[in-house]
Amino acid sequence: MPEQLAFTIEVFMNGLMAGVLYALVALGFVLIYKASGIFNYAQGVMALFAALTLVGIMEGQVPFSHLINAILGTEVHHFGWHVPAFLAIVLTMVVMIALAYCVQRFVFRYLVGQEPIILFMATIGLAYFLEGVGDLMWGSEIKTLDVGLPQGINVWIDEFTFEATGYGFFIDNLDIVASIVAAILVIGLVMFAQYTKQGRAMRAVADDHQAALSVGVSLNFIWILVWSLAGFVALVAGIMWGAKSGVQFSLSLIALKALPVLMLGGFTSIPGAIVGGLIIGVGEKLFEFLIGAPFLGGATENWFAYMLALVFLVFRPQGLFGEKIIERV
Amino acid sequence: MFYREAGDFSTTYAEDQQTFPIKFDRYRYYVVLFVAIFVIPFMVNDYWVNSLFLPFLIYAIAAIGLNILVGYCGQVSLGTGGFMAVGAYACYKLMTAMPDVSMFIHILLAGVITAAVGALFGLPSLRIKGFYLAVATLAAQFFLVWLFNRVPWFYNYSASGQISAPERDTFGILITGPNTDAWATYMFCLIFTVGSALVARNLTRGSVGRKWMAIRDMDIAAEIIGVNPLRAKLTAFAVSSFFIGISGALFFSIYLGAVEVGEAFGIQKSFLVLFMIIIGGLGSIFGSFAGAAFLVLLPVLLKIVGVDWLGWPTDIVAHLQLVIVGGLIIIFLIAEPHGLAQLWRVAKEKLRLWPFPH
Repeated sequence: MPEQLAFTIEVFMNGLMAGVLYALVALGFVLIYKASGIFNYAQGVMALFAALTLVGIMEGQVPFSHLINAILGTEVHHFGWHVPAFLAIVLTMVVMIALAYCVQRFVFRYLVGQEPIILFMATIGLAYFLEGVGDLMWGSEIKTLDVGLPQGINVWIDEFTFEATGYGFFIDNLDIVASIVAAILVIGLVMFAQYTKQGRAMRAVADDHQAALSVGVSLNFIWILVWSLAGFVALVAGIMWGAKSGVQFSLSLIALKALPVLMLGGFTSIPGAIVGGLIIGVGEKLFEFLIGAPFLGGATENWFAYMLALVFLVFRPQGLFGEKIIERV
Repeated sequence: MFYREAGDFSTTYAEDQQTFPIKFDRYRYYVVLFVAIFVIPFMVNDYWVNSLFLPFLIYAIAAIGLNILVGYCGQVSLGTGGFMAVGAYACYKLMTAMPDVSMFIHILLAGVITAAVGALFGLPSLRIKGFYLAVATLAAQFFLVWLFNRVPWFYNYSASGQISAPERDTFGILITGPNTDAWATYMFCLIFTVGSALVARNLTRGSVGRKWMAIRDMDIAAEIIGVNPLRAKLTAFAVSSFFIGISGALFFSIYLGAVEVGEAFGIQKSFLVLFMIIIGGLGSIFGSFAGAAFLVLLPVLLKIVGVDWLGWPTDIVAHLQLVIVGGLIIIFLIAEPHGLAQLWRVAKEKLRLWPFPH
């Protein structure tokens, strides 16, 4: 097998894996958008916040320790215990549910019926707020997150492909785990939406707020549920990204990549988020490898996804799987 | 007492249609202008100009530009930082290519170039709307920043990849470079700010502005009553980018002097300007000024209170600032969606009736 082709296939595979992670973040967007029509810009920051909280709980950090120290002049930093990963994840989930409740109770309850763009801007405000709170609570230095996920090159694939093609493929174990987790998550979410009582209520709200309200579905509860689910997805995404590249501010910028993913896939479609994620992941890696790095000076990953989505939207404004937009006066 | 229209009779059409039809309002405006032109330049020093007046004046222009697009035409854009970068780099290339031409011309030309780029990136707005468009403008933001980072022609092949403003003067007065006088840079920016506000105010109350507002309120209905959406949307993008380009050029050449594009014109800048117009008031020229003043003053005040008085570390104050700004955005959207400009309007109405409100 020629070298160039082998490289290209390897880049393709890594693109798929990266795409899975984009899709993971995009899922959270789709969930909230379907149920409440809110385009949640803060999803990325929620992933960051979840990862920060997880690390903080595992390390036994005192929340707001810097602020407390600054005000009271004390020197507290750590409780002095280490929480096992599983328990810490459960505790973080509790925090995310509390956050979901607060967001619904203090922000979006007052914004029901506003224009979508106002809601969008409110989530940008929420993103800033959460980022500040996350930094104040746990400090802004880069942290490593280790919940015991396997990392490093997958030796088995490396040897297998080396024997078969004469070139060993480099694929990270973490990416494989992420793909499996994403698959489980998607199946779980679809099952939840299809076969449980709450899931059915959720779909009813997504379909028509007022009709759902009239048959006795509690909008408040469903919205809190949806934000909690989005918090859960954010936590999973935060764990994966955090384990990959450390918990730091750029996490929330990586999550911005989920936006073109959504535009490609359509805002309302869970399969669309997955397919869109894969297209963007593969597309930007291949573009960088084949065109960006040799001819354009590299780092094209920063903008390729947006440009792809932009060009794509001009031809199909509702995305790949989105519902047809019908406008009336 | 204040803002009374009683006894204020217009005898010509021109008088009837002027920007400030109420006499008190008009004189207040003259007083503000008088103070800005004849008092402040003689009192300022470098600290005041660089930490307050220059950022305020420059951001006010950017906010006016974005307000035209978002507040008047209803097309949300997150590409402000990218367009400011276009203005800055256009200005830099013009300054270095034609050293003898006045800075006024360079800055205006930078605005024109940005307007062309803005109209180009505005083309997708004809097909896509709402937050689809908001995300599409992110493409402009990331692409433009990458372009200025990676193509050496834009930064004249300098080793650091930065651009820095050479010394240029206008009418014999030095206004860029390290050896400028505080009052000169202040006056230079003030001229552009006042000019922009005048132009923007008159555009928005003329037929172009009414077309923009029709598009904002409902584009299909506007099309039916005969507004050409192509013309209206593209002019909004072009005019808005013109102002944003001017502010980017001033931001680089007068205020910062040397710029690294990812740092100075990143996505944070786009959000900052968007926040200014949300807090100040969407669809209001006064709101652009109020929002710019607010978000320029807030960090300075927080720093004085937090770092100098309370002795907190600077990083905590920076984080607290994020919390406060984010919280304020939400509070404004909930409590006063029309921003500071609406508070000002309410205050004026109250003052008009004071002291007999019934």
